[in-house]
Amino acid sequence: MAEVRFLVSKYNSETDAKPRLQEFRLDPPQGATLLDCLNLIKWKLDGTLSFRMSCRSAICGSCAVRVNGHARLACKTQAADAVIDGRVTIEPLGNMTLIRDLVVDLEPFWASVEKVRPWLVPDDSKKYERERLQSHHDQLKIDAASTCIMCASCFSDCNVMEVDPKFLGPAALAKAQRFVFDTRDAEKWDRLELLGQIHGMWDCTHCAECSTRCPTDAKPLERITELRRAAMAAGMTDNNAARHVLGFRESIGGFKGIGGSGMLNENYLPVRSMGLSIGGILSLIPVGLRMFARKKNPPLIPHVIEKVGEVRKMFRRFDEYNKEGEK
Amino acid sequence: MITHDVVIVGSGLAGLRAAIEMAGKVDVAVVSKVYPSRSHSGAAQGGVAAAMANSSDDSVESHFFDTVKGSDYLADQDAAEIMTRDAPVTITEMERLGCVFSRDEKGRIAQREFGGHSHPRACYAADRTGHALLHTLFEQSMKHKAAVTYYSEWYLLSLIYEEGSARGITMMNIRTGELEVVRAKTVLFGTGGYGRAFKITSNAFACTGDGVMTAYRAGIPLEDMEFVQFHPTGLYGQGILMSEAARGEGGYLVNGKGERFMDKYAKSKMELAPRDIVSRAEQTEINEGRGIGGKDFVHIDLRHLGREKIIERLPQIRQLAIDFLGVDCIDKPIPIQPTAHYSMGGIPVDVDCQVITDEKKTKARGFFAAGECSCVSVHGANRLGTNSLLDACVFGRRAGKAALDYTLSARHESVNEAAELGKARKRLDALLSTPETESANDIRNELKETMSNHAGVYRGAEGLLVAKAALKLLRERFKSVRVTDKGKLFNTELVEALELSNMLEYSEIIVEGALARRESRGAHARTDFPKRDDANWLKHTLARKNADGSVSLGYKPVVITKYQPEERKY
Repeated sequence: MAEVRFLVSKYNSETDAKPRLQEFRLDPPQGATLLDCLNLIKWKLDGTLSFRMSCRSAICGSCAVRVNGHARLACKTQAADAVIDGRVTIEPLGNMTLIRDLVVDLEPFWASVEKVRPWLVPDDSKKYERERLQSHHDQLKIDAASTCIMCASCFSDCNVMEVDPKFLGPAALAKAQRFVFDTRDAEKWDRLELLGQIHGMWDCTHCAECSTRCPTDAKPLERITELRRAAMAAGMTDNNAARHVLGFRESIGGFKGIGGSGMLNENYLPVRSMGLSIGGILSLIPVGLRMFARKKNPPLIPHVIEKVGEVRKMFRRFDEYNKEGEK
Repeated sequence: MITHDVVIVGSGLAGLRAAIEMAGKVDVAVVSKVYPSRSHSGAAQGGVAAAMANSSDDSVESHFFDTVKGSDYLADQDAAEIMTRDAPVTITEMERLGCVFSRDEKGRIAQREFGGHSHPRACYAADRTGHALLHTLFEQSMKHKAAVTYYSEWYLLSLIYEEGSARGITMMNIRTGELEVVRAKTVLFGTGGYGRAFKITSNAFACTGDGVMTAYRAGIPLEDMEFVQFHPTGLYGQGILMSEAARGEGGYLVNGKGERFMDKYAKSKMELAPRDIVSRAEQTEINEGRGIGGKDFVHIDLRHLGREKIIERLPQIRQLAIDFLGVDCIDKPIPIQPTAHYSMGGIPVDVDCQVITDEKKTKARGFFAAGECSCVSVHGANRLGTNSLLDACVFGRRAGKAALDYTLSARHESVNEAAELGKARKRLDALLSTPETESANDIRNELKETMSNHAGVYRGAEGLLVAKAALKLLRERFKSVRVTDKGKLFNTELVEALELSNMLEYSEIIVEGALARRESRGAHARTDFPKRDDANWLKHTLARKNADGSVSLGYKPVVITKYQPEERKY
């Protein structure tokens, strides 16, 4: 490979006001990973460069950094794949306080994981001679979440986290899925209740950044979606986000024998989302008035699309499919 | 000074398992240079052995015998019997704690074939079994957080060991640079192995023998350090582990002539012979010019297993080969070579993990060790695949129980905090104020080159003497090593220098032990003494540090209870 300009974040919280990008020029050997490059920089060019690393085989989760603005494992990224116009930018993970160079304070990340009570609560207390049985099919439901290596890439790049530091975050929610869906766990409902609270699973905005950045099969967004489906199926719909989902479904696909319109009813949806909360509904009024003033308000009588029968048919099929799935 | 009843150093399987055993009963601290989920136990892939007999008529007896035979009869049979007997209950416990195992068609823990085991005995979670076990214990550690104090990202500097008793440790907070003394009734090491001293290694950067060397400097002898396992399937060039499960599931090893060469070396077990035998076979093929394209690697071919089996059972190694070499094993064979993998040697302990200090098995008061840093010895001269996770779980558990018993009737002994801090400070200051003429990177690279070339899969007196001389020079050069970072926060350059000092010193012990042992046994293969010599060498090495810093060697007998040594054929 030709010479690459590595722009690496340098910072010492004892002496520097803010981080700066320092340029290092390096000709990465054939097949070098970004971790190999960081080590070459540290060992040959600047011994003071500090970063975490350990296994170098993508299983310990230590070396997550932001590469060209996005979280990745340095050990799992080929340098050749990260170079853009002869340059690579390497910065610390986001959503956490910086300590030094590429090292951030991980304590908030661990604290978020701890909040979901991430340990199995066995479904019995009787004495046992053997392992509990679990079908291959049931094991597969928790397989993906169990591949999480706690690298905090998802936590770093989560958009909700950025505006709400109290949000549980993608890794914690993926971890929670692994217990909610574990046939051996006794606390499924309590767990869903906990996750359904404010700053929990309903606060995710489905931007999919977490799953895009996840270096394993854990894919938090998919796990969050499974959690939400489980909560809905269990009738845990008494919150704005769940009602919002129901509102979508009802206005497009219909419910309880009333046919949907085939398109989103934007008058119905916000009101439906607020449920029976008078305060919530009142809070919609100023927005509604502003929309009205700017002529952005949706039509008061909902339009029904052509071929709405096809849409309703699709929703009936979904319902049948879901019922089969439950069996 | 911080005071706890027990201080555990190391947060891998052994350390965490011991901590959970004691949590809530005594005041426990766990010190680790990484966060627990980063520990190297998590990198183990293929499985954990236990005679669960889920898919065969397996028995503890058979597991016991396979382990002893695999060890080339250097294992202490009392210890191997305990490990194999405790295996099913220990794995059952891990399952009850929530470990996510792969399952068979009846919903029991799935078991697969592994090298040197006569039955399908490896309980597994796809090809990330260590990860599944480690995260189970990490989960439990969060459950017990109120009862256990975690010091994560603290580096172990010394063991305080006086008049036959361990009294605590000194450590450095990597994040802030502060030094601290921890006083404890009981010290328990689960600090892992020492495989980083080799050029091609499967080990994490963290595996630098810190605990082993800390014990050695405090006056504890080290057992069987010359026995380093080379895993047959390290990814070419890097040495990253390609699980033995790849062979357990039916993978072939193929040389440059397209031959499945294992029939020349282990006709009945083929690719599933123990690791020492397979690694030597590969090295012989390579040395005799039958590597791929005449180069220093051979192939593991998984193509005949088919896409579905590879994706279900071997997803991680497929991904690793794609990420690191751009090879998808569904379509192409993977280039591999032997890679330094496991440390059979370590801190000598009895079957309850209490450290012993001499040939007469005198116990060190208040000092325990478990897992790869210890030498019980259950693996003898060669460990069987899947017996390491088992060792860490079984002996972590036993160490926890024994250390708890010990602690309940022990008291804190005196520690001179100022003196201990002074010694630690002096060591760091020396590193920070050298003439700065030598590069740590150069020294480390030369060390790794030396060890791989002369103390690797094959060893001979000539090469070992070259290594001995080279190590002496490297240690001399290290006195002028450059540590440019003089700061306190997250000074990883300083930590790496401390680690390198450990690597240099234990490499000398490996070489001395290997030079003295004039026979070939298990992973120790002497070109000039190719036969096992039970008459003279059926004994464990004990290496001790002399006052002048040199190594002196002693020996202790092997415990043989049931199986008399016989020729090892597969």
